[in-house]
Amino acid sequence: MSERPWGFWWTQVRATMRLELKRTLFSRRGIWVYFLAVMPVVIFAGNSLYRMKTGKPGDIGEDTHTFAAIFQLFYLRLAIFFGCVGIFMNLFRGEVLDKSLHYYFLAPVRRTVLLAGKFVSGLVAAILIFETSMVLQFFSLYWYFDSGTRQEYFFHGHGLAHLAAYIGVTLLACLGYGSVFLAAGVMFRNPLLPTAAVLIWEAINPILPSVLQHISVIFYLKSLCPVMIAGDISLDKGNPLGFIAMNPSPASAVTAVLGLLALAIVAVAFSGRLLRHMEIDYGSD
Amino acid sequence: MSEATAQTRIVFEDVSKFYGDVLGVNRVNLSVPPGITSLVGPNGSGKTTLMNLMTGLVQPTRGRISVLGIAPDDPERLFRVVGYCTQFDSFPRGMSGYQFIYSYLRLFGYPHAQSSELAMRAIERVSLTDAAGRKIAGYSKGMRQRIKLAQAICHNPSVLVLDEPLNGLDPLIRAETIALFRALAAEGLHLIISSHVLHEVDVISDQVILLSNGYVVAEGQIQGVREEIQEHPMQVLIRCDKPGELASQIFQNDYVVEARIHNDRQGVLVKTRDADRFYLLLNKIAQNGVDIESVAPADDDVLSVYEYLIGTEESTK
Repeated sequence: MSERPWGFWWTQVRATMRLELKRTLFSRRGIWVYFLAVMPVVIFAGNSLYRMKTGKPGDIGEDTHTFAAIFQLFYLRLAIFFGCVGIFMNLFRGEVLDKSLHYYFLAPVRRTVLLAGKFVSGLVAAILIFETSMVLQFFSLYWYFDSGTRQEYFFHGHGLAHLAAYIGVTLLACLGYGSVFLAAGVMFRNPLLPTAAVLIWEAINPILPSVLQHISVIFYLKSLCPVMIAGDISLDKGNPLGFIAMNPSPASAVTAVLGLLALAIVAVAFSGRLLRHMEIDYGSD
Repeated sequence: MSEATAQTRIVFEDVSKFYGDVLGVNRVNLSVPPGITSLVGPNGSGKTTLMNLMTGLVQPTRGRISVLGIAPDDPERLFRVVGYCTQFDSFPRGMSGYQFIYSYLRLFGYPHAQSSELAMRAIERVSLTDAAGRKIAGYSKGMRQRIKLAQAICHNPSVLVLDEPLNGLDPLIRAETIALFRALAAEGLHLIISSHVLHEVDVISDQVILLSNGYVVAEGQIQGVREEIQEHPMQVLIRCDKPGELASQIFQNDYVVEARIHNDRQGVLVKTRDADRFYLLLNKIAQNGVDIESVAPADDDVLSVYEYLIGTEESTK
C-alpha cells in the first residue's frame, strides 16, 4: 500500500480498542489497579464521614494542602505509577504470557497500527479509572463542609481551578507513565526490573543534574501541580518525605506539557520500532 | 526464477534462521507450488520455524522469502492471502468461538455484517456451529484445534499454513478435516501442512519437504523423492511359492544388497540398487519354475523415504 489509508487504519485501531478495552477494564488481572484508584477516595470519604459524625470542624486551606500532599506523594508516585505498570505493561507482555499475541500478528494490521490501538486503549482505560478516582477524591475531601463554604471555595476561590489542574496532571501522568511502561512492556519480559528502575529514577529526580531531571515524568507533573508541597514537607523539618517532595527548579507550564508530550512521543516511537522487529517466542516465558 | 512464477509460489532463497547460537533452519532453498505440501521431520527439525518464517512471526537471519510475491514483513498485504493455524494451543481470554473469529475478522477492517457472516461460514466449515456460542475455555482439544482452523480459513486465503492441524482430532473429525484440506487444495489453494503422523501426510500430500536438524534433505513428489535417493537401495516385496529358492537365486547378483524371507514365509523382501536390472532378472527366474504372485515396492511412502534419509530412530520419535 503506497498511499496512507488513514481511514482504514482508524477502523483497525477501533477494532483493536474494542478487544483491548474489554480486556483491560474487566479482567481479573487488573483488579489491583482499581484498588489503587479507590484507596484515596475511601480515605477522604472516611475522613468526611468521621467529621460529619463528630462535628469536628475543618479548614479548607489545610485540606487543600493535605490533598496536594496525598496527590503528589501517593496518587502520582504510587497509584498512577503502578496502575500504569499494570495496564500498559500488560498490553503486549500480558499477551505473551497468555500466548495469544500471535493472533494480532497474523492479522493484516501494521504493527504500528496495532501499537496505536493498544496504546490508545490503555490510555482510555487509565484515564477513565484515575480521572474518575481523582474527581471523586476531590469532592469527597470537601464533602463535610457546609454547602455555602463549598460553593465559596469552588466558585469564588481556587476550587475549580485546582480541580481542572489536577484533572490535567492526572491525564498527563497517565500519558507519561503509560508511554514509558508501554515501551518497557515491549522491551522486557520481566516487569520487575524496569518498574524498579523507573521508580528509583523518579525518586532520585530532585538530586539529579538539571539536564537529567528533564528526562523524567514526575519532574513535569510536579511542576504542573497547583499546590507546592515542598514548603510543608521539607528536609529542614526532619521529614524524610522532603527528599522526594522537593522540586528545586520547576519547569514552566508550557515546558512541562511539551516536555511530557515529547517524552511520550519518543517512548511510543521507540516501542513501535521494537515492535516492528518483534518475534513470537513464548518459549522462555 | 521469473517474476510471474514467484507470484504463484512460496519461495525461500538461501534462508537461514538462528535463535542465538541455536540453529532453526539453514540454507533453505524452496519453491513451493500450489497443492498440498507436507513438511515432515522430527521434533526440532525446523518445520515450525519454516512456517513462522513464511508468516513473518520470526525473521530470517539471512536470505529472502516471498509468499505469492509478498514479503512476510508486510502483514497488511500478506495476511489478506495467508491464513496460519499455529501449534499454540492458547486463545484470547474469555471469548466464545464465534467472538474469537468475529473479532479477528474485524481487525481486517470488515464491517459487522460481513465479519459475522464470514465467521459463521468458517465455523460451519469446521463443523463447530453448535458450539460457536460457547467459551473456548470449555472446548475439547479437538474443538480448539478446529476453531483455530476456522480462524485460519475465515478470510478465504490463497495460502493456508497448518502446523500439526490433525493433532487431537478423533478419527471421524480427522477424516472430515482431511476431506476439507483436499477440497481447499482442489480450489487452487497452497496448503502447507506439518505433521508427525506420517501416514496421514502420505495420504494427503501432493509433495513433501523432508527436514532434519534444520536442513531440507529432500523435496518433491513422494515418488520423485524416492528416486532422488540413489545411494539408498529400493525395497521390493515379491510374493511367490518358493521364497527360499528365489532368495538364493537373486542374492548371487551384485546389485542386490539384501534378500530375506518375509516373516509370513510367503515372500521375499529384496533391497536392490538397480531396479531395472533386478526386474529383468526376476522375469528370467519366473520363467525357470518359480511362481511369482506379485511384485510391489515396499517403501514408496513417506515413512520409508524418511527412514532412509534421516534414520529409523528419528522417524519413530
